[in-house]
Amino acid sequence: MYVVVCGGGKVGFYLAKTLINEGHEVLIIEKDKKKCDLIAEELGSVVTRGDAAEASTLGDAGANRADVVVAVTGDDEDNLVICQVAKRKFGVNRTIARINNPKNERIFKVLGIDATVSSTDLIMSHIEAEIPQQALVHLLRLRQANVEIVEGVISAHAEVVGKKLKDITLPPQSVILLVARDAETIIPSGNTALQAGDEVIALTRVEQERALRSLLIG
Amino acid sequence: MRVVILGCGRVGARLANVLSHAGHTVGIIDKSADAFRRLAPGFRGLTVVGTGIDEDVLRRAGIDQADVFAAVTDADNTNIMASQVAEVIYRVPKVITRIYDPIRNEAYQTLGLETVCPTTLGAERIKQMLERS
Repeated sequence: MYVVVCGGGKVGFYLAKTLINEGHEVLIIEKDKKKCDLIAEELGSVVTRGDAAEASTLGDAGANRADVVVAVTGDDEDNLVICQVAKRKFGVNRTIARINNPKNERIFKVLGIDATVSSTDLIMSHIEAEIPQQALVHLLRLRQANVEIVEGVISAHAEVVGKKLKDITLPPQSVILLVARDAETIIPSGNTALQAGDEVIALTRVEQERALRSLLIG
Repeated sequence: MRVVILGCGRVGARLANVLSHAGHTVGIIDKSADAFRRLAPGFRGLTVVGTGIDEDVLRRAGIDQADVFAAVTDADNTNIMASQVAEVIYRVPKVITRIYDPIRNEAYQTLGLETVCPTTLGAERIKQMLERS
């Protein structure tokens, strides 16, 4: 696979390094000469100096034969323009943008960027994972489908404790996928009864998450 | 007419002054409060400090009611992103984007943005003046 990585900061550098190790062809585009020199020293001739938001730079980088263009500079507006130029001018199939302001996620989606990665959101989900039994932890969000997979621990005072799944009214369009109890993993049926301390993985609509949380965690 | 201007540099401030003087409702955004010193003492519009690629800032400047949005910061990509937000998300009827880089200007013109490229305009004008002399 040929991947063009725009932005040679820490994210771009380690992304490129990982891709190269996995056998992919990679080119980094970076504005700053010092950063270019450092990358070339460490990774070899996989870097070119230039402004990736300029069509001519992307053209020289062979964007028209790239399988993926990834924009990971520190500026959302630059990442947006890079992906748009790659997609519309060079016909790149898949463009991925890093987002710094989580509020921009929706804008990027509306403006046609295939996938976005928000480091702020990622770090938030890790912080959530460190706070035990307080909230549902986001494992995966399928943006287009507006559904998410969440994890939570049944608290002792939750109203579902001791009840069988068939007797529990879950919020609309929510399903419990898995119950983990001690060393045991249960794919639940209607007869599975929930106990305090059970780790539950559930699929739910984004807007139902709050209702699901209050039911399972209280 | 309700106008939102992004960027209070020489061009943004002048545009804001002229439009405000002509009786239009103007909201102007700049990331530095200091930039608003360029506005005339008679300027009656709204000033908002913040970055133009933040929806909250655009809304505070009145983007949801605007008839016109002009993006004239010195950063091409900021202008491009803010203009697309104005056009696609807030459906502002008239959106004008300044782009210094001629290549990017051409690319976004073909993509449907209404753009002004001072680089090509300036060079073209100077060339005309040279040819006339």
